[in-house]
Amino acid sequence: MRTTRAVEGWTLVPLERFIMESGARLALLMTPAGQVLAQHGFTRAVDVMSAAALGAAIVSSTGEIAKMMDEPEFRALNHQGVEHGIFLAGFETLRGRLLALVVYGTDSSMGLVELFFQTLKAELVAACPVEERREPVLAADFEHELNASLGSLFGR
Amino acid sequence: MTTRFRLALDSITRVRGVHGALLVAGDDGLIIAEALMEKVNGKAVAALAASLAKRLRRSMEACKAGAPHFMHLQAQDGTLVVVPAPDGVLVVTVGDARMNVGLVRLEMLRAAEALA
Repeated sequence: MRTTRAVEGWTLVPLERFIMESGARLALLMTPAGQVLAQHGFTRAVDVMSAAALGAAIVSSTGEIAKMMDEPEFRALNHQGVEHGIFLAGFETLRGRLLALVVYGTDSSMGLVELFFQTLKAELVAACPVEERREPVLAADFEHELNASLGSLFGR
Repeated sequence: MTTRFRLALDSITRVRGVHGALLVAGDDGLIIAEALMEKVNGKAVAALAASLAKRLRRSMEACKAGAPHFMHLQAQDGTLVVVPAPDGVLVVTVGDARMNVGLVRLEMLRAAEALA
């Protein structure tokens, strides 16, 4: 069963390749605001929304710590657990900064995820279309936009 | 790089045909120490060799053969050798097809012992 889905089609192939090569269990591609572009492995919308919000918040928090240390930015963050690890990193594209949140298990490793993340980043930067002018999302349209995105991410 | 790690790797890289040697954290696939020629992508070798070693260990355990002591992959243009050391560290060597595997094996086992 295909479990990689994308709101933005150009992210799909690079993400699928990354999942296959790195052996990651879960992955999210999102904006720094937590808007999800693609996901792999999540089965519930609520989990995607929670993970995206938490991931974006972590990047924001560590970004502030970096500023306090006069560091331009932290490139990536790794947390290693007993059974799972998480990898969180940001990169620049023509559409601005994107974030990747990856959860991997004992069948993968931090080294593998970091290695293939470099390929994912390069492929996404190359595939990223030039920003189209988008209408601002109005409060009235917000729920519709959100449901449309979740529909794309879960094939509904 | 600490002297202990450097000495461990130096004895391996002195063997003819060796392009580099690394100490890799087996669980993470990250480099602990390295002595590599410029053309060798250390990060990739470390991550992929650690993944390979993990899978081979599982295969050997599934065969009830115990943990592997020495892993040797021979390709058309090169050789990859991995020896597990204490504390989950892997000694990894990359060389050309003419590398003296017997001598490298000896030096890698010595390096693994020295890390204990």
